Amino acid sequence: MAPIVSVENLEKRFAVSRKRQGARGLLGKLARETIDVRAVDGISFSIQPGEMVGYIGPNGAGKSTTIKMLTGILVPSSGLVRVAGLDPSRRRIELTRHIGMVFGQRTQLWWDLPLRDSFDLLRYIYRVPVERFRVNLDTFVELLDLGPVLDTPVRQLSLGQRMRGDLAASLLHDPEILYLDEPTIGLDVVVKARIREFLAELNRERGVTVLLTTHDISDIERLCSRVMIIDRGHLIYDGSLSAIKERFGDERMLVVDLEEPAPPIDVPGAIVEKVDGPRQWLRFHRSETTAAALIAAVAARVRLRDLTIEEPEIEDIVRRIYGGADPGRAR
Amino acid sequence: MSARATCDAASLYWQVGLRGFRRYATYRAATFAGVVTNTVFGFLRAYVFVALFSGHADVGGYDLSDTLTYTFVSQGIIMAIFLWGWWEIALGVRSGAVVTDFSRPIDYQFYWLAQDLGRSVYHLIFRGIPPFIVGALAFHLRFPQHPWTWLAFALSVELGVCVSFALRFMVNLSAFWLLDYRGVGTIMQAVWTFFSGFAIPIAFFPGALRTVSEMLPFAAMLATPVNVFLEKAQGLDLAAALAFQAGWAVVLLLVGRLMLAAATRKVVIQGG
Repeated sequence: MAPIVSVENLEKRFAVSRKRQGARGLLGKLARETIDVRAVDGISFSIQPGEMVGYIGPNGAGKSTTIKMLTGILVPSSGLVRVAGLDPSRRRIELTRHIGMVFGQRTQLWWDLPLRDSFDLLRYIYRVPVERFRVNLDTFVELLDLGPVLDTPVRQLSLGQRMRGDLAASLLHDPEILYLDEPTIGLDVVVKARIREFLAELNRERGVTVLLTTHDISDIERLCSRVMIIDRGHLIYDGSLSAIKERFGDERMLVVDLEEPAPPIDVPGAIVEKVDGPRQWLRFHRSETTAAALIAAVAARVRLRDLTIEEPEIEDIVRRIYGGADPGRAR
Repeated sequence: MSARATCDAASLYWQVGLRGFRRYATYRAATFAGVVTNTVFGFLRAYVFVALFSGHADVGGYDLSDTLTYTFVSQGIIMAIFLWGWWEIALGVRSGAVVTDFSRPIDYQFYWLAQDLGRSVYHLIFRGIPPFIVGALAFHLRFPQHPWTWLAFALSVELGVCVSFALRFMVNLSAFWLLDYRGVGTIMQAVWTFFSGFAIPIAFFPGALRTVSEMLPFAAMLATPVNVFLEKAQGLDLAAALAFQAGWAVVLLLVGRLMLAAATRKVVIQGG
């Protein structure tokens, strides 16, 4: 099947003017230099219809710049983008009929008016046939449990209700692709779970392709079979979430319980991270030493009672990647 | 555009206009407070003119009744014209929400114009009529002699709203380039409070200032509709007055569209 989104060597450079270093006062005002910032620096990927993809990275990594180029609101500096067979920046208005967008941080609903008014207007904006519109509205109102709040002004809705309203609004024109930007931000666990369930069902029943940016890794763990990580404009990972451990989670923690408290154990290939009475935590890299060799070396120095080996959580790995201090990155 | 597409577009902007009306209709307490304020200021201004006219029968072609009517009509339509404090688009530019509006299959300027016209109808009825009635009870105000004048007046107010919207639209769009768009806005508000004939009727301005002011778009916002109400222009003169407003509305809306195109280019290339 042809990909619904394809991106090749996509680049976006911004010319940013700033004060020349060392120049002060009036001179500083005059002596400005223009520097080229590469917000997106040559990324390529493609997404098949019906995929749910997590797109993550630290703030300023280039996530929203990418999304803006996918929606056509930003023209790429170079590279190729195709979404639903269209060149987004040239066919932006046509493309809007294929895309739904949801922003967790702000609403697209009419703040002062009942929720229903925003929904009804979308029928006119996207020229959805009346019958089709009614079916969609009924379906989403039912699935998202919006019936009781349809006639409530949006400003009186809770964040969870508003978010569900925004989700429904983004889908009434039958988009094939849904971009979600932090859809669960600030929501409690119950609402989060409900929204994730809804998205999974939407994907299953209607085959809607979903591209999700979030800082909540559990959104991705629950929904996405695939995750792309962007950092400083580069796509540094594209694959399954579980495989992140293989790629970046080289680090392990050996936790040993000794017969009696001892000074930090000095063994090659490991660093003692923490000592708590008879228990010590030793950090090591699988690429440098094996667990077996390390245990043997420790056992040769102290008397062991018990031990465990801990794998890092995906969330920890991602946090470390964001911090730029990941051990496994080849760059 | 085909007939079908025109019809679809018309119903979209009609729906947007309805929502513009209803948005403001939800705030009844604000409407009431506004009516009280507009009425009180109407009285303040009226008493200043009463004092001014003691000893004069005529100032700039207006007698006292004309001037008091001018005062209460202008107090009544001031909210419909919306001279002050509208920053919705500028705030959207700041927050980035404007990007979502740009990515919808709508004409951005018409979308906001339709909303503003809906709003102005609400304000004309609910903020306009009560202060005028109270004023008419307290003073001798001049009502139109010809029934058609009411219709011409309503049309003239809405044309004034179009001119006002076109100017406010541009001031708001300046937020794409200026960090301090409110500075521009404040200056513009001062300019059109004076040159629209709101502070004092343009007819009271001396010589050349009056001649120039009568040709500026600001006169089309407020002075023209009030003069239509006063039946200062009739027949061909009335048609000329409405054409003067429509002409400015079209010119300023077109300039606004050029600005919008430049703003869109800026967003699309520089990311806003």
